[in-house]
Amino acid sequence: MAVRTQFEGNNEVGVFAKLTNSYCLVAMGGSENFYSVFEGELAETIPVIHTSIAGCRIIGRMCVGNRNGLLVPSTTTDQELQHIRNSLPDSVKIQRVEERLSALGNVIACNDYVALVHPDLDKETEQILADTLKVEVFRQTIAEQVLVGSYCAISNQGGLVHPKTSVEDQDELSSLLQVPLVAGTLNRGSEVISGGMVVNDWVAFCGLDTTSTEVNVIESVFKLGDNQPSTMSTQMRESLIDSMT
Amino acid sequence: MEYIQQQNNASLGTILCCKCGVSIAPNPANMCVGCLQSEVDITEGIPKSATLYFCRNCERYLQPPSQWISAALESRELLAVCLKKLKSGLSKVRLVDAGFIWTEPHSKRIKMKLAVQKEVNNGAILQQNFVVEFTVNNQMCNDCHKVEAKDYWKAVVQLRQKASHKKTFFYLEQMMLKHQAHSNTVNIKENYEGLDFFFAQKNDARKLTEFIQQVVPCRYKTAQELVSHDVHNNTYVYKYTYSVEIVPICKDNIVCLSTKMAQSLGNISQICICHRVTQTLHIIDPNTLQVAEISGTTFWRDPFKTLCAPKDFTEYIIMQLEFIEPSKHRHPLSTKHVLAEVWVVKASEIGSDEGQYFCKTHLGHLLNVGDSVLGYDLRFSNVNDANLEKMSPDRIPDVVIVKKVYADKAKRNRKRNWKLRHMDRLMEGSQTSSIENQYTDFLEDLEEDPDLRHNVNIYKDTNKIAVDQDDTDDENVPTVSLQEMLDDLHISTDATGEEGAEMQE
Repeated sequence: MAVRTQFEGNNEVGVFAKLTNSYCLVAMGGSENFYSVFEGELAETIPVIHTSIAGCRIIGRMCVGNRNGLLVPSTTTDQELQHIRNSLPDSVKIQRVEERLSALGNVIACNDYVALVHPDLDKETEQILADTLKVEVFRQTIAEQVLVGSYCAISNQGGLVHPKTSVEDQDELSSLLQVPLVAGTLNRGSEVISGGMVVNDWVAFCGLDTTSTEVNVIESVFKLGDNQPSTMSTQMRESLIDSMT
Repeated sequence: MEYIQQQNNASLGTILCCKCGVSIAPNPANMCVGCLQSEVDITEGIPKSATLYFCRNCERYLQPPSQWISAALESRELLAVCLKKLKSGLSKVRLVDAGFIWTEPHSKRIKMKLAVQKEVNNGAILQQNFVVEFTVNNQMCNDCHKVEAKDYWKAVVQLRQKASHKKTFFYLEQMMLKHQAHSNTVNIKENYEGLDFFFAQKNDARKLTEFIQQVVPCRYKTAQELVSHDVHNNTYVYKYTYSVEIVPICKDNIVCLSTKMAQSLGNISQICICHRVTQTLHIIDPNTLQVAEISGTTFWRDPFKTLCAPKDFTEYIIMQLEFIEPSKHRHPLSTKHVLAEVWVVKASEIGSDEGQYFCKTHLGHLLNVGDSVLGYDLRFSNVNDANLEKMSPDRIPDVVIVKKVYADKAKRNRKRNWKLRHMDRLMEGSQTSSIENQYTDFLEDLEEDPDLRHNVNIYKDTNKIAVDQDDTDDENVPTVSLQEMLDDLHISTDATGEEGAEMQE
């Protein structure tokens, strides 16, 4: 299911949180409201970790991770690294990377198997990425935007991409990712997909402004919520299958 | 409302409108048109109705704060006036199109169709069409107000002629009509011995003064009166007066020149007849055919008076006529006149055996024995003229013949199949019988002098032409040929365009 939430009045929840299938990072805010929403949804299954990265709250944009690992930028302090390592499950590897494009969340989008990266990313980072997160890496752009991490959100079930992504690009990306993709918006028409939401295989969090139409799109493409899809999501699936063939 | 398509990529997929879920092409707002329209209205702040002020007298529209602009319906100028009215509202949007929607001209409503563009949230440019309705209210403009109040003039041309006969004025009126010299007058008033032309601008008055100088011999003086002044910004408001005095000699007046002037004009004889007034006075000596021209400046240097005007003339009958050669020692001589020696008798004394007078006349080419002429008897006249008194009596002719009489005035008047145009305000309130007679004299002069006719627009009198076609009993009477007449032009302003249809045939 998809949950609407807000970080201190800000709808860009993807900036302040990182959600994977095995852990969740949440920024330290002035209040615990934001954290409570995540904890309420996730505490039974995966650890929800309060942290900052390089002293910043915008942890969602700074780091990238999946079920297998977590990459943090080189600016991450030892203390933070230690705290995260202590909190993460043992199976998750954490790695600091020396990367010029240090906002890793903006330049890398990944699920548990595939990662799309900024075309200018270091070879070395790409190697570390493949090793740590155990993913196949593809250098791609989305709707002619190089910040692939910002303009798409993908899980193992599906993906939401920038609304201007052409049909050809969507076909190519979904064949790389092997998941259905849909172009859409968040937060009442915002195009910065990954900034506005976090998603894993069973839950998604998006900004409070997100309209019910947008929530419907999210739930259907990420296959969240009930197993009986609404009529609308069946229609949606039909059209998705149309576009995939 | 519609989106402006930027780069249209054919393979662009569709997304769902974030508000209503309808499938749309992605756009900067990611909303369908309907939802966007419900959220933002770019025409907000632009008034949908406004008022225009229109002056009915001069048919101009007010452009605030104080400019009045003449503009036809659905014209560019009117569009500009309307748009300026909405200026404050339009400053926040980009105007891409404006035009008029047709409305009934007398409905006092003007509808304007506008298309505006504006960038709304995150870069979507919206275009919206809407209609603004203008109500046309009447308001008299300041200029018309002043004209209506009849107290507005900045300059006046006071035209005066100290003569008993208005002939020169009639001629001047025709010249002004022909050259549209009076077009900018605010008001024309009749005054003692002349006319006042009022103008809103000083330049117009000067233009008229210059025009009058071109047409008749005259002199002028200027004066200005301070109406008000503002010491703070050094502005002074004056009323200007041009006092124009026309030489007080008319056509067919007998004049007596001073000896000095007669000498300076080629030793012409002192008693002359003014036979034409143009830019100069044309005088002729009836005894020798010698002619001379006197310009305004020459006249005013040594002014002389008229000995007698046409109203003092008496009618004579030619009893005997003999052509003679003019003396070759004098020049210039008139080539249009023929010198003749005549014996005349007063028409009132005809039949009695006394009173045949001998005189020379310049009208030999017109005269036959038995014709009536108008002349002046200098022997029995009582004229107070300094120049005449100084002349030796043996050099004063007994009778001076001035013009030929063709037919009865009333008959000629009836036969006249042409007319002249009048200045609107010139003749009103002055239709006394003496002035009417003078006007008839002027018309007769026109008939008799083709050169004078060149300067005048003559119009066919359609009321008379049919009646008098067969009336050809007197062949000698000079008339105006049909070729010289103009059709009186009546351009109908009928909205149905009937006039245009006729012209096509």
